[in-house]
Amino acid sequence: MKVLAGLVAGLLFGLGLAVGGMTDPQRVLGFLDVAGAWDPTLIGVMGGAVVTSFIGYRLVWRMGAPRLEPHFFIPTREDLDVRLLGGAALFGIGWGLSGYCPGPAVASISGLTGPLAAFVAAMAAGWWIARRMGERQG
Amino acid sequence: MDTASLLNGVAGGVLIGASAVFLMGMMGRIAGISGIVSGMLYEPVSSERLWKGAFVLGLVLGPLMLTLVAPQWGNVAGVAEGAIGAPVASVPVMVVAGLLVGLGTGLGAGCTSGHGVCGMARLSTRSIMATLVFLACGMATVFIVRHLLGGGA
Repeated sequence: MKVLAGLVAGLLFGLGLAVGGMTDPQRVLGFLDVAGAWDPTLIGVMGGAVVTSFIGYRLVWRMGAPRLEPHFFIPTREDLDVRLLGGAALFGIGWGLSGYCPGPAVASISGLTGPLAAFVAAMAAGWWIARRMGERQG
Repeated sequence: MDTASLLNGVAGGVLIGASAVFLMGMMGRIAGISGIVSGMLYEPVSSERLWKGAFVLGLVLGPLMLTLVAPQWGNVAGVAEGAIGAPVASVPVMVVAGLLVGLGTGLGAGCTSGHGVCGMARLSTRSIMATLVFLACGMATVFIVRHLLGGGA
């Protein structure tokens, strides 16, 4: 059941990325290019996703527990630290260089090209290094 | 402004939100792609890895199904029918970018989905700050590459 739930969630997520145009780095870079021919698509994706999750999470949390697990796994930390903000900064630079964040990069694998393969392999190496640098938080 | 693309974006966003809500309702988990994919790759073998692997399989199959069944619902810039756009950066740039994205989301414990969607929906201070930082750094990087250096992606 957990495997089926994971598959359904992944399918919905992948479809959403593709319908939203996030599997096209040109759309993402167009959004980040605030001084150029700005493309608003990403703000629509983020807005639609945040509003849906905001409402849906609150309905789901009323159930008291998820269907297939004994309790919700929700991060509780609220402090800001160098790892969080430095990590976000490094991620933002890589995102701006390529137009890919992790979801769209993995979701685009069926249209694999040399540059995308290089990106995904390097991203997996980056995750490995981050895990070696210390226990992952949250 | 490209209104049709923006509407496609909102529709895609609602699907992503539905995925996040479904995962929370079933598994009680945050739909953070960097955590799910890196967990599938590097966590010790467990049932955790199985559902994460299934999630990644679905993530790859979603756009593939759209390409095969309904490419007109895709939203690739300048293309009438297509669900997956081509990379614009060269292989060396993509290697550097991939390393930065992996390292950054690994250290910062999240990416556009975990912080930008799920964390924002939870009104988490950490996620809101992380999202502001990666948006600002992404915009600054594109500005430098496109408008100061005048080239690249």
